[in-house]
Amino acid sequence: MGGTSSKLPKDLLSEYQVRLTHVMCLFRAHKIFSELQGGENGPYSSRVSMQKILTLPELKANPFRKRLCHVFSTSDMKDGSLNFEDFLDLLSAFSDTATLEIKSHYAFRIFDFDDDGTLDARDLEKLVNCLTGETDDTRLTAEEMRQLISNILEESDIDKDGTVNLSEFQHVISRSPDFVR
Amino acid sequence: MDGRVSFDADPVIDFESPADEDGVHDSFSQLIQEQCHDLHDVIEMTPLDLEEDSRDDVECLEADSDAPQQTDHLIGERWSSDTLKVLSSMPSRTIGRSRGAIISQYCNRTMQLRRRRQSRPSIQHFPRSARPSIRGYGVETDAAGFEEEENKRDRLVNNLQNLSDSDRVRMLRAMPLSLSEKKELRMLVLNKAEHSVSQNQIPCCSQLKYYIIIALRHGWYGWLSFLSSLQLWQTALKCVGGRFGTGVLSYFIFLRTLLFFNVFLFLVTGLLLVVPQAITHPDQDQNITVRSSWGLEVLTGAGYFSHSLLYYGYYNNQTLQTGHSCSASGNGTSCSSGLSYNMPLVYFFTIGAAFFITCIILVYSMSKSFGQSFRIDKSKGLLAIKVFSSWDFKVIKKSSVRLQRANIGTQLKELVAEVNRQEQKFPVLQRLFRLFIHMLAWIMCLGSTLACVLAVYYFSEHMHGDLRNRTQAASSDPLLKEASLLAVPVVVSSINLLLPGFFNVVAWMEKYDSPSMLNYISISRNLLLKVSVLGVLCYHWLGRVATDPQSLGLECWESFVGQELYRFLLMDFIFMLLDTFFGEFLWRVFSQKALKRKRKPVFDIARNVLELIYGQTLAWLGVLFSPLLPAVQIIKLLFLFYMKKVSLKMNCQASGKPWRACQMTTIFITLLCFPAFLGATVCVTYTMWSITPSAGCGPFRGLKNMFQAGKRWVHRLAAVNPDLHWLASAHSYLVENPLFLFLCAGIFLIMIYFHSQVVDGQRKIIELLQEQIENEGEDKKFLITRLQHIHERKRRVTPRPVKGASEVHTHTLSHTHTHTHAHTLSHAHTHTHTHTHTHTHSHTHTHTHTHTHTHTLSHTHTHTHTHTLSHTHTHTHTHTHSLTHTHTHTHTHTHTHTHTHTHTHTHTLSHTHTHTLTHTHTHTHTHTHTHTHTLTHTHTHTHTHTHTHT
Repeated sequence: MGGTSSKLPKDLLSEYQVRLTHVMCLFRAHKIFSELQGGENGPYSSRVSMQKILTLPELKANPFRKRLCHVFSTSDMKDGSLNFEDFLDLLSAFSDTATLEIKSHYAFRIFDFDDDGTLDARDLEKLVNCLTGETDDTRLTAEEMRQLISNILEESDIDKDGTVNLSEFQHVISRSPDFVR
Repeated sequence: MDGRVSFDADPVIDFESPADEDGVHDSFSQLIQEQCHDLHDVIEMTPLDLEEDSRDDVECLEADSDAPQQTDHLIGERWSSDTLKVLSSMPSRTIGRSRGAIISQYCNRTMQLRRRRQSRPSIQHFPRSARPSIRGYGVETDAAGFEEEENKRDRLVNNLQNLSDSDRVRMLRAMPLSLSEKKELRMLVLNKAEHSVSQNQIPCCSQLKYYIIIALRHGWYGWLSFLSSLQLWQTALKCVGGRFGTGVLSYFIFLRTLLFFNVFLFLVTGLLLVVPQAITHPDQDQNITVRSSWGLEVLTGAGYFSHSLLYYGYYNNQTLQTGHSCSASGNGTSCSSGLSYNMPLVYFFTIGAAFFITCIILVYSMSKSFGQSFRIDKSKGLLAIKVFSSWDFKVIKKSSVRLQRANIGTQLKELVAEVNRQEQKFPVLQRLFRLFIHMLAWIMCLGSTLACVLAVYYFSEHMHGDLRNRTQAASSDPLLKEASLLAVPVVVSSINLLLPGFFNVVAWMEKYDSPSMLNYISISRNLLLKVSVLGVLCYHWLGRVATDPQSLGLECWESFVGQELYRFLLMDFIFMLLDTFFGEFLWRVFSQKALKRKRKPVFDIARNVLELIYGQTLAWLGVLFSPLLPAVQIIKLLFLFYMKKVSLKMNCQASGKPWRACQMTTIFITLLCFPAFLGATVCVTYTMWSITPSAGCGPFRGLKNMFQAGKRWVHRLAAVNPDLHWLASAHSYLVENPLFLFLCAGIFLIMIYFHSQVVDGQRKIIELLQEQIENEGEDKKFLITRLQHIHERKRRVTPRPVKGASEVHTHTLSHTHTHTHAHTLSHAHTHTHTHTHTHTHSHTHTHTHTHTHTHTLSHTHTHTHTHTLSHTHTHTHTHTHSLTHTHTHTHTHTHTHTHTHTHTHTHTLSHTHTHTLTHTHTHTHTHTHTHTHTLTHTHTHTHTHTHTHT
C-alpha cells in the first residue's frame, strides 16, 4: 500500500473525509483506478474511457454497466468516461454505508434510460429487458410486457400521470425491505 | 372530439372531498397561490416558441391520425412539444434529473433540520424558501434559471453553515450530488465560516491548531482502517455474497451474529465467574482422577472434566476475599471495606444480567428489522418492487448473473400470469384433492414428529433407568457406562438430521406453487420438531434428573445436566459435520458422477439456520449449569463457518429460488428470540426459582433455591445497615410478589395496544392522502389534456364539424342534473365569461365552438375551470398559469360549499341574466341553438331546486 499512498496527496485525504472515512478503501480505489489509467500517473482530472471501466471484474457481467458509467460520469462529452472523483462516487453509492436516499436516487437515474426525469413505459420496458436478458427463453413476450408495465404503473404511479417519478419511485423502494445493492 | 374527450366526459370525476379535509386543502391552496406569482417568468417563453416550431403540426396531426389506437391513455399518450415542455418543467419531473432541484430540496431539508434543532416547530413562520418551489429549476438553459440556481445554492450554503459540524457532514453525505460538487459546497461553507471566525484570532495559534487537527485526523483514519480490517470475515462474506446472492449470505451473517452473542456471554461469565474461581484455590480435593479413556471423555464431558471449571459443581459458595479477611457472618462493616466477592450472589446476578442484556439486544434488533421489513402502508406493489429492486448488484460471477436473469425472468412471467389468472379458479374437485393432499402431508409430518417425541421420551426414560441400574450394580464396565450416556444425544441428533429430509420429501409431494410458501411451511415443520424434542429433553432434565438425583448416585445433578448439554452440543456439531460431508459432498459426487446431472445441489438455508438456532438454544440452556459452554459454542461456530464456506464453494450452486434476504433476517431473529431464547429463559428461571439445588456442591449449596441467594444477601444487608431496610422491603415487594410482574406485563401490553392504534390511524391518514394525490393527478391530467386541445386548436384553423358540438351539448345535459351546486357556482362568474365570449366570437368560427365546450366542462367541475379557460382564450400565453391556478380553486370550492347553498336566490337571478346574454350572442349561429336549449333546461332545474329549499 505504501507505494500507492505516496501518489495521493495528503490534503486530498482530508478533503474526501466527507464521503469516505476508510482510508484503506480510498487507497485501494486509487490503486484500481490508476491501474485502469494504464499505469501512468495522470492528474486527478484525467478520465478513463468507458471501455476501460467496463473491463473491471465487478462490472463485466452487470447488465446496467453502461448506464452506471453514464450516470456517474461528469464528462461534458457525455461519453461515460470517469475521472477519479466520479469513480469514488460510483464506489460510495454502492458501498454498504450509503444511505437509502442516495441509493434510490442513483438507482432511479440508472433506470431512467432516456434521462428525462421520469420512468415512463419505454424506460420500464428497457429495464425489464435488462433484468431478464435478451435470450429468447427468458425475455417476456410483448403481451406479457404490456401487462407487466401497466401493472407496475398501476401499482406505483400514485398521481396517475402515466409515469413514475422520483418520489413515487422512492416510495416503492421504501416499501421493499431488501433494496440491496 | 377524439378519443381523449372520453376521459373528460367521464361522470365519475368528482372533486368534492370530505369536509374534514378543509384544513389540508387550505394549506395547499395557500402554498400554490404564493407560487403562482413566481411562475410567470418561467411560462413567459412558451408563447414565443408556440409560433415558431412548425414541426409540432406534424406531430399533432400524427397524434390525431392514430388516435383510435390510443386506447390506453396512460401509456400511449403523445403530447405536443409545448405541453411536453410544461410537463418537463414540473417539479415532479425535474427532481430526478436536475441539480438545481436537488439543491433546493436539500435547502429545504437543512432548513427543517435547523428549525428542529432550534426547537421552534411552527409552520406559520415557514419562509417561502423552505417550501417546495416550482420556480426556477425547470429551465436550466436560460440565464434566469441559472441565476436562480446560484441563489438556491447560496441559501443552502448559508443553511449548512448554521448547522453543527456533525449535522453538516451528515447532510452533505446524504446528498446525491457528485463529489466535486460536494467539495465545492463544502469549500464554500468553510470559507464563509473562516471569514466570520478569522477576524479575531491569532493566525499563528490557528495554524498550530490546524496542524494538530490534521495530525489527529490522520491518526483517526489509521485507527478506523485498522478497525475495518478487524471486522470479522469481511472479505469472506463479500465473496460468498458475490457468488451465491444475499440469501446464502444471510445464513453466514446470522452465524456471525450468533458468534457475537456467544462471545458476549463468554466474556461475561468468564470474567465474572471463571477467572475469580480459578485464581482462588478450591477447597475440594483434586484427587478424583479417572483417567480411563481420554478420547471418550472429550465426547461425554464426564470423568476428568466433571470436576473442572466447565461445570456448576466446581464453583463454591464462599465469599472470596482480597486484602484482610473476615468471616461472612461477622460484622459486615469490615467486610465491605475489603474487596469481597460473594460467589453465589455473583453467580446468580451474572446469569440473570447476561440473560437480561441478551434479551434487550434481541428485542432491539428484532424490532429494528421488523421496522425495516414491514412498513405501515401494506399495499400491493409486488410487481413494481420486483422490477425495481430485484437485481442483486452484489452478484458478479458470470454464470450466477445468467442464473439470476433466468430467475427474474421466470418470476416476472409467473407473477404476470398470476395477475391474469386471479379470477380463474380451480374446479371444486381439484381443490378438494389439493386440500386432501395438504391435510395428508400435515398429518404425516405431525405424526412423525409425535412419534419422534414419544421415542425420545421413552428412550430417555429407558436410559435413565438403565443408568440407575448401572450405578446400583456398580460392577459394570465404566467405559460402557460412559458410552451409554451418549445414546440419547446420538438418537436426538439423528432425528434432527433425518426428519427434515422426510419433511422435504413430503413437501415435494405437495407441490406448492410459490417457493416462499414452501419455505415457510418447511420452517414451521422443522421448528415444531425441534421445539417439541427440546421440550421433552427439558422435562427429562428438570423433571426426572433434578428431582431425584440420589437414585442416580449423583452428588451434583447440575453438573450432570451440564454434561448432558455439552454432549448434545457436541453431538449436534458432529452430526453437522457428517451431514456436510455425506449430505453435501458425497451427494454432489454421486449425482454428478452416477446420475450425470449437471446441477449441483442447492444450499438449504432454512434447515441450516434452524440447526444453528437449535444449537444456540442448547448453549443458552446450559449457561447456568456450565458457565463455559459458550466457549464450546464459539469454537463450534468458528469451525462451522469455515467448513460451510468450503463446502458451499465446492458442492453447491446458487439457489434456483432466490430468498429475499432482509425478510429472512427478520424471520431468523424472530425465531431466535421467540421460541429459542424465550424457552431457554423460562427453563433457566424455573430452575432458579423452584428447584432445590444439590446440597453437596455448587455455589448455592444449602439453599432452598437459587433465588434465595439474592434474598439472603438483601436481608443480611438490611440487618447490618438499618438505613437499607427499604431495600429489603422493596426486594420482597418487587421480586417476590407476582403482582409486580403482572403489572409490568399489563403496562407493556397497553403500550403495544396504543402503538398499534397509532399505526392504524397513520394508515388511515395515508389512505386519505393517497386519495388526495390521486385527485391532484386527475386534475393535472385534465388540465394537460385541455392545454393540448387548445394548442391543437391554435394550430389548425379548419372548423370542427357541427356534429361534435351537439355531442358535447347532450353531455352537458346529463351533467347539470347531477351537479347543481357546481352549476350555480359557475354562474357567478358568467359575466366575465360572456365577455370573453364576445371577444373570441369575432375571431373565428371554431373559437365559439371551443368555448361552448369549455362552458360545459365548467359545469361538470367547478367554476375555476371557467375562470382559467377564459383566461386562456383571451391570452394564449398563460397556459401554465391556468394549470396551477385551477388547483387552488378546486380546493377552495369544497371549502365554500355551504356558502353557495344560502345564496340560491341571487343565483337564479344571475342565471336569468346570463341566459339572455348568451342568447343574444348565439343569434348568429344556428347550431349553437342547442346550447341555449340546454341552458333553459338547467334553468328550470335550478328553479325547482330553490323551491325545495325555500
